[in-house]
Amino acid sequence: MSNAAFYRGLEAVVISTAALILTLVIFGGFVAAFGVNPLDVYYILYLGGFATQISIENTLTQAAPLMLTALCTAIPARVGLLVIGGEGALVVGGIATVLVGVNLSGLPFAVGVTVMGLAGALAGGIWIGAAGALRQYRGVNETISTLLMNYIAIAIMNHLVSGPIRDFDQVLKASSWSIPQEFMVSTIPGLDVHWGLVVGIVACVILYILMHQTIFGFGCNILGGNQRAAQLAGLSINRMVITCCFLGGAGAGLAGTMEIVAVHGFASESLVAGFGYAGILIAFLARQNSLVIIFVAILLGGISASGGLLQRRFDLPDATTAVLQGLLFVMVLASNTLYGRLP
Amino acid sequence: MSTMDSISRRKVLRHGGNILAAGTVLSLLPKLAFAAKPVTVGFIYVGPRQDFGWNQSHWDAAKKIAKMDNVKVVEQENVPETAEVEKVIQSMIQLDGAKVIMATSFGYWNSVKKMAEKYPDVLFTHIGAIWKPGDPKNVIGYRGYMEEPHYLCGIAAGRMSKSGKIGFIGSKPLYFIFNNCNGYILGARSVNPKITCNVVITGDWNNPVKEAETTNSLIDQGCDVIIANVDSSKVAIETAERRGVFSCGYHSDCSSLAPNGFLTGAEWNWASAAEFVEAWRTGGKYPNLLRGGFKRDMVGLSPFGKALPQDVRNEILKAKQGFIDDSLKLYKGPLKDNEGNVVLKEGQVVDNEDTKFKLNVKFFVEGAIGKTGLR
Repeated sequence: MSNAAFYRGLEAVVISTAALILTLVIFGGFVAAFGVNPLDVYYILYLGGFATQISIENTLTQAAPLMLTALCTAIPARVGLLVIGGEGALVVGGIATVLVGVNLSGLPFAVGVTVMGLAGALAGGIWIGAAGALRQYRGVNETISTLLMNYIAIAIMNHLVSGPIRDFDQVLKASSWSIPQEFMVSTIPGLDVHWGLVVGIVACVILYILMHQTIFGFGCNILGGNQRAAQLAGLSINRMVITCCFLGGAGAGLAGTMEIVAVHGFASESLVAGFGYAGILIAFLARQNSLVIIFVAILLGGISASGGLLQRRFDLPDATTAVLQGLLFVMVLASNTLYGRLP
Repeated sequence: MSTMDSISRRKVLRHGGNILAAGTVLSLLPKLAFAAKPVTVGFIYVGPRQDFGWNQSHWDAAKKIAKMDNVKVVEQENVPETAEVEKVIQSMIQLDGAKVIMATSFGYWNSVKKMAEKYPDVLFTHIGAIWKPGDPKNVIGYRGYMEEPHYLCGIAAGRMSKSGKIGFIGSKPLYFIFNNCNGYILGARSVNPKITCNVVITGDWNNPVKEAETTNSLIDQGCDVIIANVDSSKVAIETAERRGVFSCGYHSDCSSLAPNGFLTGAEWNWASAAEFVEAWRTGGKYPNLLRGGFKRDMVGLSPFGKALPQDVRNEILKAKQGFIDDSLKLYKGPLKDNEGNVVLKEGQVVDNEDTKFKLNVKFFVEGAIGKTGLR
């Protein structure tokens, strides 16, 4: 590793750690205002998030979908787009998974799950890819369109599960047909976490390599830095933007697949759990780096895992964890200004 | 309806009133020789506990159960219906030592079944009452017949409405929402056969903007009593109060939201789960499936609002007594749906505990102006 790269890495570690510590100090003041000892809170954050096997499993389970939805913001951001449509792409991916999955019974497990994964990724990819195309060809702001498309996706799902694909045997909640039981994915051996975690890590690594080690990724970097320069260099901008949107959307769509095949088995409003929006936060905290997303997702997963314990042990409101996440977000964004200014 | 004999349960009720629900009574009793084993009960809510609605109705139960001897309650709110709930359950069991888990949202069902198999020494309750033979034995499904208190709200509405038009806001096109609406209309028409009820299904459990718009629109159409079957009827009740019309509550006690226009409300009594806790720690019997109305003390009525005159209050209490002693049946012939089809012929009566009939209700009774949206 060259010296410069080493210092860049060190700088990132120092700044992120400082931001994290400062966040915890301020959060300590916040809980102290509720009459709770901050040291107890730090201990519970550690206990609930990372101290025991069950805590770690809890953290990783929460982190798994976030890695995938974070990609939905992070990859388009490499070419300068602000996409916030992860929630919608996840829902569309979930619907596609169910629609394809119910027709697959009889196929071998590996084939069935792979086909469903492709369907979810393809649906999510087309969903966000369409937003990219709208921007490139019709000048529609991608942030607004993906935000609104979230609502459209949820409305489409609500329509489908309360009529056309509704399973009327489920009386309490409008739910779609279930995928065949034999396609339900189990947990990772030795760790009570579903396979979505592995899918998330693999997707992050592959996209990291694509965006950082290939000519395509290099081109995206140029485009993200300066569109004019990219144009002058003769890069095919439309194709790159839409591809990045597609890849990001595919990540979130895959998250929808995993929610179906590993958790629910059917589509319902339970798919709309805010993973898409939490993914935006993670993408920003990771500074749009796919590899860092893995660690940030685990960190935030840990915070929300221990948030439950905070509620139960100290009777703190649930919003406490939102405050902690919000503080962290602000601190990391603020600390971005320090890059290149450290002695 | 319970899959076990309900006699032992009735005995409990007869001897102690609802001792367990009313923790205060317990504290008056001398400490029993076989002091109850300490037990931790974990409550999991899908939304905020103080929502003047669904979650609050469970929080009310949690507060009552926490008053039981040697019972510690731990609570977690805003738990989504994802893999997270499984982890919350495990965390409660392993880190807090919970022996009873109260899962208070429909969508937790699959997770509850999974966790119940994994932890056979922990009791799970779920509020959908969809347990069936073959599901884990340490799971209890229970749920109140909410159409009964809606019938009583309907009486209040029928007596108080000047325009003869009342309004019902529903969330989702689901059987229990239809039953509640029918109860409300049947109650109103039991005191004023000319009453009509405008029914709107919003399509969302929780959509305050739409609920406010719908309330305003119903009032503009002349409806002067409003009830909203959504996660929290706070917005609908407050809007009705501002517009100067009457309102009824749903889920939990909403009387403080509308000091002038509140009539009464349909409430759950989830605290009946206290019996399950008691049975579980003493090794006693418990049902796996339990449904009931006023007769089994599984639903309740909100305090009467000041607008409701004494004679109407008496009328409501009389009907409530009718449900308790089973002399009043909610669905009885002759009964037509609002499209003119005969549902029940003269003389046909549906038992108040006929869950099968109620699960298959896909119609609104005569007097409803609106569609189920199912056809």
